[in-house]
Amino acid sequence: MSTHVLSLLVEDKPGLLTRVAALFARRGFNIESLAVGKTEVPGLSRITVVVDVEDLPLEQVTKQLNKLINVVKIVELEPSQSVQREHLLVKVRVDNSTRSQILEAATLFRARVVDVTTDALVVEVTGDSAKCQALLKLLEPYGIKEIAQSGLLAIGRGGKSISERVLKSDAR
Amino acid sequence: MSIAPRPAAPRSAEPPILTGSGAVLRSLELLGVEDVFGIPGGAIIPFYDELMQQSAIRHILVRHEQGGGHAAEGYAAATGRVGVCIATSGPGATNLVTAIADAYMDSVPMVAITGQVFSHLIGTDAFQEADITGIVMPITKHSFQVSRAEDVPAVMRAAFHIASTGRPGPVLVDVTKDAQQQSAPFVWPDTIDLPGYRPVTKAHGKQVAAAAAMLADAERPLLYVGGGVIRAHASAELLEFAESTGAPVVTTLMARGAFPDSHPQHLGMPGMHGSVPAVLAFQECDLILALGARFDDRVTGKVNEFAPNAKVIHVDVDPAEISKIRTADIPIVGDVRDVLSDLSIAFQELASSRRTDLTDWWERLQGLQERFPLGFTEPSDGKLSPQFVIKRIGELTGPEGIYASGVGQHQMWAAQFIKYERPNSWLNSGGAGTMGYGVPAAMGAKVAEPDRVVWAIDGDGCFQMTNQELATCTLNDIPIKVAVINNSSLGMVRQWQSLFYEGRHSFTDLETGDDAKMIPDFVKLGEAYGCLAIRVTKPEEIDPAIKLALETNDRPVVIDFIVSKDAMVWPMVPQGVSNSFVQYAKEHSPVWEEE
Repeated sequence: MSTHVLSLLVEDKPGLLTRVAALFARRGFNIESLAVGKTEVPGLSRITVVVDVEDLPLEQVTKQLNKLINVVKIVELEPSQSVQREHLLVKVRVDNSTRSQILEAATLFRARVVDVTTDALVVEVTGDSAKCQALLKLLEPYGIKEIAQSGLLAIGRGGKSISERVLKSDAR
Repeated sequence: MSIAPRPAAPRSAEPPILTGSGAVLRSLELLGVEDVFGIPGGAIIPFYDELMQQSAIRHILVRHEQGGGHAAEGYAAATGRVGVCIATSGPGATNLVTAIADAYMDSVPMVAITGQVFSHLIGTDAFQEADITGIVMPITKHSFQVSRAEDVPAVMRAAFHIASTGRPGPVLVDVTKDAQQQSAPFVWPDTIDLPGYRPVTKAHGKQVAAAAAMLADAERPLLYVGGGVIRAHASAELLEFAESTGAPVVTTLMARGAFPDSHPQHLGMPGMHGSVPAVLAFQECDLILALGARFDDRVTGKVNEFAPNAKVIHVDVDPAEISKIRTADIPIVGDVRDVLSDLSIAFQELASSRRTDLTDWWERLQGLQERFPLGFTEPSDGKLSPQFVIKRIGELTGPEGIYASGVGQHQMWAAQFIKYERPNSWLNSGGAGTMGYGVPAAMGAKVAEPDRVVWAIDGDGCFQMTNQELATCTLNDIPIKVAVINNSSLGMVRQWQSLFYEGRHSFTDLETGDDAKMIPDFVKLGEAYGCLAIRVTKPEEIDPAIKLALETNDRPVVIDFIVSKDAMVWPMVPQGVSNSFVQYAKEHSPVWEEE
């Protein structure tokens, strides 16, 4: 198996996420992560999906996704041709003896401390998957109380836009 | 696909104010719809209230929503026009699900309109509430929910556009009761706003040229014709192209009639119950040209051993079908009708200079045709031969008739022993295999084509699933003819039990035969529905009964043909087995020769 990042430009219509998610389930594909948000174009949203799948079945699932009426465009984003980021919030157990060490680790990772109480810190970090995992590994010995992690976000490098050419929708 | 939209009335300054219900009706009218099949219920009363006050659209009141759905399918399959069915919310809508799934599998252009509870009640588990747009997501091309009257025209136009273009299929439009009741200006949209829906119809020229070259070089080519050729109205183009190539043709279960059975290049139907020449042609060919076909498991048998020496050119309007089962050497995405025209030109240009001689290939195939013709043996229990009955129906009715079938043995015999000469004359549930399709589909076809003789070739099991629509037929002057091929059992399951389960006939005895309890008595049942109903038990009664049915057009006809339950469908490629091991009859594989 190999990981693929798909970026879907979709119409923001009711049930859209169900249609996309159900299609993955129906074809037996596991979604590793999912991120949904608005785009620069009103009425269009963007879904970033990470799937673990071989190339051939990926082609089939992409073709099936393209058949969904509300899916406007699909691109696969190669790691070398795109910027890929995850966002992670970690609540770590602290006491007076560990606080400074954790703050130091956070600084090293260019992470930010966004909530402080006497017995816990919430650390926020943005980066690729490897960076987020490395920070988690570093914080683990102190006691991780809670994790909230976003799906992967990805955008192609260079001047082109995923929404180019789909906007001049030559309605028939 | 032809939906023949009427031109919109010239737009006056002030658009008319219509209710949502009125807007649905006006949209149907503008879309060229003439007949719809449905049954009312609480959440769709406002629509029905306006429906009765107009005359542009004929509504056929069905007895069960599944019947309405299959009728819409039969209507569409017989004509290529979009079939329309209507149901209320909740159970009304869920009763349509089987027909919708069936239409999805067989690419039938259909629009299902359902009522929905008031929009403020959605999500509260209201009376007769079901999330039908969600339920049908995996079995429709698209589903819409409308909760504002002003949205009706654009949604209706989009729904018909989606259903009838590209690879056709079912679309559901769910209209809340408040949207039906509200009033809004009726504005017919000039354009269809579907940025994510752009079916490719014109094929890539380079691919077409490559395909023509591959075909010109092939020594043992085979045209593998699927139902897409019928949906694309491409039979005339196919005939011209096939004749210019001289290549053998097979027509799948969904494509029966796409190419004339009487044509010398026709090898018949391939697949699990295909003719021996058609099945073995796949195994021995060096090139498959797949036209609107999808390499269904019932055609390929064991995929790894299917057509082991063949290259594949795959033409389909749906890119997702190409290389789904069998990798295509040359994929061509496009409307098969346009592609065939382009291919024909490209091939003829090449053929003048280079063309492979197909004599050896045809000698081999004609040898197979002579040694393994379709046939059957007379049953030994004194009952009628089901194959003979079906054959005579086809011979006495002729190729201008329409034949709808249920699913099972009778379906296979109807596909084998009726000779089809034109597209849209054979209607059946191929992909989904929906028992009960026959009677309502025949009803829909007869509404669409009232001047044609329409038969439902049904089984005793299938007939008991949807025969309530005979009431609809009698009351609405839809004189279909039903041939119940009554072997008193679920015959195809029984055949598998006989062959693969050591004769353990578990729960396949239906007791409808004349030497069984005869529950129900199909003659009495037919009479109860106002049909002419007769029983046929002797060979000499077959022709007179069929002739009487053909002469009777003032009411539906039901003929209860009492046939042998031991008759089996042959040839057969057992499930999961290579096509090379097709059995001509029980314990009889054709001699497999090394070349």
